[in-house]
Amino acid sequence: MSLALSSGTRIRRFDPSLVPLALAGLFLAMLVLLPLGWLLAYTLSDEAGRPSWTNLMQLADPSLFWEPFVTTFGIALGVAALACAIAVPLAWLVARTDVPGRRLLRGLVMVSFITPPFIGAVAWVLLAAPNSGLLNQYYRWITGAGAFDSLFNIFSTTGIIFVMGSYAFPYVFVLVANTLDRLPYDLEEASAILGGGRWHTFRRVTLPMVLPALLAGFLIAFLQAMTQFGTPAILALPAGFHVLTTKIWSLFQFPPKTHLAAACAMPLLLVTILLLRAEKLLLGRRGYTMVGGKSGTPRLTPLGLWRWPALLLALFILFSTVLLPNLVLIRSSMLRSIADPWTWQTITWANVPLVFGLTNTLDALRNTLVTGVAAATLGSVFAVLIAYLTARKAVPGHQVLGFLATAPVAIPGIVLGVALFIAYTRPPFQLYGTLWILLLAFLTIEMPPAYQQMQAAFRGLNPELEEASRILGAGRLTSLAKVVAPLLKTSVAATWCFIFIGAIRELSATILLTTSQTKLVSVLIYDLNESGALGGIAVLGLVLMAVTAVVVVIANRVANVGVVTQGR
Amino acid sequence: MGMKRRSLLAAAAGLAFAGAARAARPEPQALTPALVDAAKKEGKVAWYTADDLVLATRVSKAFEAKYGLTVQLERSGAERIYQRIAQEYASNISAVDVATTSDVGHTVSWNANDWLQPFIPAEVAQWPDHAIGSDGLYIVDKFTMVTPGYNSRLVKADDAPKSWNDLLDPKWKGKLVKAHPGYSGAITNATLALSRTLGWEFFEKLAKQGVLQVQSATDPPMRTAQGERAVMADGAENTSLRLVGEGAPLVLIYPPEGVPAVAVGSVLMKKAPNPNAARLFMHYLVSQECQDLNVANGARSFNPGVKEPANWVPLGRIKLLFNEPGDLARQAEAVKQQYSKIFGV
Repeated sequence: MSLALSSGTRIRRFDPSLVPLALAGLFLAMLVLLPLGWLLAYTLSDEAGRPSWTNLMQLADPSLFWEPFVTTFGIALGVAALACAIAVPLAWLVARTDVPGRRLLRGLVMVSFITPPFIGAVAWVLLAAPNSGLLNQYYRWITGAGAFDSLFNIFSTTGIIFVMGSYAFPYVFVLVANTLDRLPYDLEEASAILGGGRWHTFRRVTLPMVLPALLAGFLIAFLQAMTQFGTPAILALPAGFHVLTTKIWSLFQFPPKTHLAAACAMPLLLVTILLLRAEKLLLGRRGYTMVGGKSGTPRLTPLGLWRWPALLLALFILFSTVLLPNLVLIRSSMLRSIADPWTWQTITWANVPLVFGLTNTLDALRNTLVTGVAAATLGSVFAVLIAYLTARKAVPGHQVLGFLATAPVAIPGIVLGVALFIAYTRPPFQLYGTLWILLLAFLTIEMPPAYQQMQAAFRGLNPELEEASRILGAGRLTSLAKVVAPLLKTSVAATWCFIFIGAIRELSATILLTTSQTKLVSVLIYDLNESGALGGIAVLGLVLMAVTAVVVVIANRVANVGVVTQGR
Repeated sequence: MGMKRRSLLAAAAGLAFAGAARAARPEPQALTPALVDAAKKEGKVAWYTADDLVLATRVSKAFEAKYGLTVQLERSGAERIYQRIAQEYASNISAVDVATTSDVGHTVSWNANDWLQPFIPAEVAQWPDHAIGSDGLYIVDKFTMVTPGYNSRLVKADDAPKSWNDLLDPKWKGKLVKAHPGYSGAITNATLALSRTLGWEFFEKLAKQGVLQVQSATDPPMRTAQGERAVMADGAENTSLRLVGEGAPLVLIYPPEGVPAVAVGSVLMKKAPNPNAARLFMHYLVSQECQDLNVANGARSFNPGVKEPANWVPLGRIKLLFNEPGDLARQAEAVKQQYSKIFGV
């Protein structure tokens, strides 16, 4: 500063608003690097703090690491494949055909998006537990099968794949549908004019253009399945096997084996980084830019008589993955025992006082809302700042910022949980036991998608407008707030909702980071599940989803724009 | 009945829960209006408990109604609560006032860490001596058992298992539900007691039956009552009795090989953030009102003034298996590891 003051020319060039921007960058660096540094340090040291390889050597133990790892990998592949199998036909129907009710179909996909997967897992226990599950009861009633025969068993690998796939497909859907929405139809037309048949056009023109989105979706679904805690904890443990995340969690049982947990987390981190590299390599060769942008009105494929069967198929898919679990939650929330039939005599409100009689419940709801809203707001601000810095190359080292903002995508939630637990249970930052540590977790986990969304938005914004503002004397921050932000409010609102929903859905990091005083609804639901209070979970799950929906609607009203999809 | 039951209780418990060291035991404390006032000023009490969720909620509500204080209820499995308190104390967070555990072995290590404040509410002085833990470190404010059981809609009484070893019959393959010692203190008790009585071979064979592995000892009775599994390999007697009282089609089995007894102990933490409210709550846990509430929800009581419902199997007809708190403290870790090795989770 003193240097700047001493020279008249520098004083005009130095923009004081660079200071908070640079601070934001530093904060981001700390957010990512501090926990990862501790994670590495713990992996490579023993309980006494001496350097040691023993933690990594123990990974050779099949029951500790290899068996859960192989199981996890298989499940994740299955989930990714299933999510694509559900999402791609739906996206095509909704984006490229004249199937009736396209808005409704998109809306139903969004219901799945706001449903936390662990609530879905409990709902599927109610539906498809081998004996008490409703679907199996109906099956026995219809076919007259024996008392212990069952059609579905949700406590199985296939059960887990199905449930995770049901809640991962919206990510694939949004990516593929948005790509299909923006597809330059004239290219397909050109192919047709040049004599390419439908199949040929699809294979040589449409597919290559959709492939990057599909691959990205496959990868997101895979990573989600590999790193999720709630669903396997609810479905795999009863079946008697571990996935990697539940294994890592079990290492925190008393006496906690934090060093070993850190070592177990390393392979998850590595696999994630490798997969993201692989995606880059694959897509690197297929960098199709859709020249010319959106060309003309989208031409929809007429389905003719097939319109109605197609609609039925889409509705069936969405009914079984989205509506059915929510219906069974409503049913169970009003029954004392889930085995009761639904009659006037058995309907009860007993679950409501049971759940809200816990002092925890209201606190947990408040904590969830406070951390969710704070993370969404701070996260959006950060995403805007960082995206601005990188898009406008405003500070030296902006490439590093971009990398740091994307890096957490490679950190699975449970790994981050372990890392944050180590980093913030000691001086100088003793945050365990406060809501701050949860806020940090949400910010870190949600930064990559938020940043990428905002970066894409900045790319579509001509810098002329900001330049005009700055020529008229405004600093960077003022131009950002007064000129850029209003222009970007659609994207900001979408980013906000994305972070908020992400925070509500999160259970893998939070399970390690909450205390009794800082409980979140997600963790409370997990606790209730361990006590077998399924009716209580149904009540709490429905409340959580209703609150989420209301917040998302309000956020969009405030921004006066459409829903998260940004689609039509 | 009164005298007979009392002596039975005394005989049963004499073998059991309490290490009798009376030397360092503090004087019983009366419940004074001054304590109530001081507690009301603090306004709340944080209770970490392994009790059945429904019972814990009812006790909290009743206490709140009586004294106007808020109970911050943290209900989880005893082994999870043990883990949570250790984790919190390691990070210098002292949030818990009163802890209730179904694995009284925990009191041994808590005491070794100097986390406990010996405290004997005057009400307990009338109870059998065994209701008071060694040195007054904990109060056995209720006790229960771990029993097998079956759904009477799915299994006929003649076909039902009668003993632990009957559970190994191939006809129960895929039809059993079982709780976990890594979560539940009651099941830690049961696993230790049964591994001694029946040997680990019993668990190795049981693991081959394809059990539905749930966490809390309160869960198998619910899953069995729902018909998710026909037979529970182990479950908390208190939750089972509560469900039976509500009309659930559940029948309990008291095997002749012996039934693991579970002492449920409550402790006052030395660093309790609400020390007066914590003491008031300890008084409440052993009050007649709360004891009646316990029994109404299926838990058994040392209080000689409490009547058990007529349909409960009397203690005198049950062969109880006991664990010493010291044994639990020393062996719980190894028991949990052995269990995980056998059952895979």
